[in-house]
Amino acid sequence: MADLIAAFHTALRLIVTLDPSLIEIVVLSLQVSLLAVILASAIGFPLGGALAVYRFPGRGAVTAVLSALMGLPPVVAGLVVYLLLSNAGPLGVLHLLYTPTAMVVAQMLLVIPIVAALTRQHCEDLLEEYDEQLRSLGASSREITATLLCDGRYRLLTAVLAGFGRAIAEVGAVMIVGGNIDHVTRTMTTAIALETSKGNIALALALGMVLLATSFAVNSALLAVRRFALRLAYA
Amino acid sequence: MLDPAAPPHLRKSSLNAGPPLLPLELCGLSYETGGKRVIDGVDARIEEPGITVVMGPNGAGKSVLLRLMHGLIAPSDGEILWAGLRPNQELARRQAMVFQKPVLLRRSAAGNIRHALALRDVDRDEREARIGEALRLAGLERRAAMPARTLSGGEQQRLCLARALSLEPEVLFLDEPTASLDPASTLHIERRLIEAQRDGIKIIVVTHDVGQARRLAQDIIFLHHGRVIEHGTAKEFFDHPQSEAARAFVAGGLVL
Repeated sequence: MADLIAAFHTALRLIVTLDPSLIEIVVLSLQVSLLAVILASAIGFPLGGALAVYRFPGRGAVTAVLSALMGLPPVVAGLVVYLLLSNAGPLGVLHLLYTPTAMVVAQMLLVIPIVAALTRQHCEDLLEEYDEQLRSLGASSREITATLLCDGRYRLLTAVLAGFGRAIAEVGAVMIVGGNIDHVTRTMTTAIALETSKGNIALALALGMVLLATSFAVNSALLAVRRFALRLAYA
Repeated sequence: MLDPAAPPHLRKSSLNAGPPLLPLELCGLSYETGGKRVIDGVDARIEEPGITVVMGPNGAGKSVLLRLMHGLIAPSDGEILWAGLRPNQELARRQAMVFQKPVLLRRSAAGNIRHALALRDVDRDEREARIGEALRLAGLERRAAMPARTLSGGEQQRLCLARALSLEPEVLFLDEPTASLDPASTLHIERRLIEAQRDGIKIIVVTHDVGQARRLAQDIIFLHHGRVIEHGTAKEFFDHPQSEAARAFVAGGLVL
């Protein structure tokens, strides 16, 4: 117990003094996950919106697969990206394995299904309300999709939030494709796993607290925006 | 730019090129959904300008008939002809519709009209002019920047009508536009419809409010169980209803 309290104190000191090795890990984690979420949203929004609007054979199957992929185990996503990027793989020439870029790609793979599936759901709800009006105005499917994404913008923040939560918290994918290399690809989650197994509880605890605080801050910020939008009846 | 001093109907004629839309002919029109024949062999010809009121008891198929005419749903049987032409996108773009429940986007009042004008490919410069005029005529200038969905029910429906009229349609459909509105908003909407009709817009409005039909209609289509029971001028219809159902309806009785 005394050890634990001592570790807790050390952890707090690391945070309060902005310990450089701690900051380095936190910054890299945020960079990787934020970039992954931004890129995944750029793909997931139009994909989800189009799935809500367009009617084509196999639409049900695509929707089902997308929903299933929301639960894709991170280690599997990591394995897939690893196989693609390894020297023997089709994209091996790019030499991206064990770089932050590889981690971004792996996390995108995890986040796209979440953003796309939630976007589709939101857009379908909106479409129920707007469909006849938009068709009466003469909107094409493309224009309807754009309208839904624009009008659902505040609700779509929750999709982004869910995606970010998944990206920042996962450990399996970044571990496999990043390799947890000190100063290069070490993120909060991989560092926590490593430091805990090494018995360096203080650093692990400090990282854990920062991770929690980050998730909490991002959550609160997005929820505040959404509440503001609801008050204006935009959501 | 358009000359804002010119009366609206003169401006419209210069904008909407193309052959006339009317007469609108419904030939053996039927619509089935869930094994039920909601519209059952409707034949009608609407050719006079002015306001045509589609009346009938609840469940008569009035809203469905309106959606068929506007092309929002396809008939199971029969066909619709606009001056002899089958419905197409070009013809649909010369029409507009106002729904019973106002459908407004999550944008400002002005933004809602802007969005509709953009969908109809109205020039950017002209959009702002039309938005200003539409809001002014609807008495909503001071609401321009407000989120449309925070407006009152009456204001929302006035905005929907303003948006539809800003498209300068040749035919305007309305589905029970005042069913859940206060008398003041109802009056405003009826006045705007009469003005629009004077500007040469053909108006086809569904209502089950006999008073409203008396105030607005030049001619009446009386629908019952998905069939046209009567179609004639408002005067004929109200003075000498031919059918038992119409007599009961006009007298305010229950129609089974």
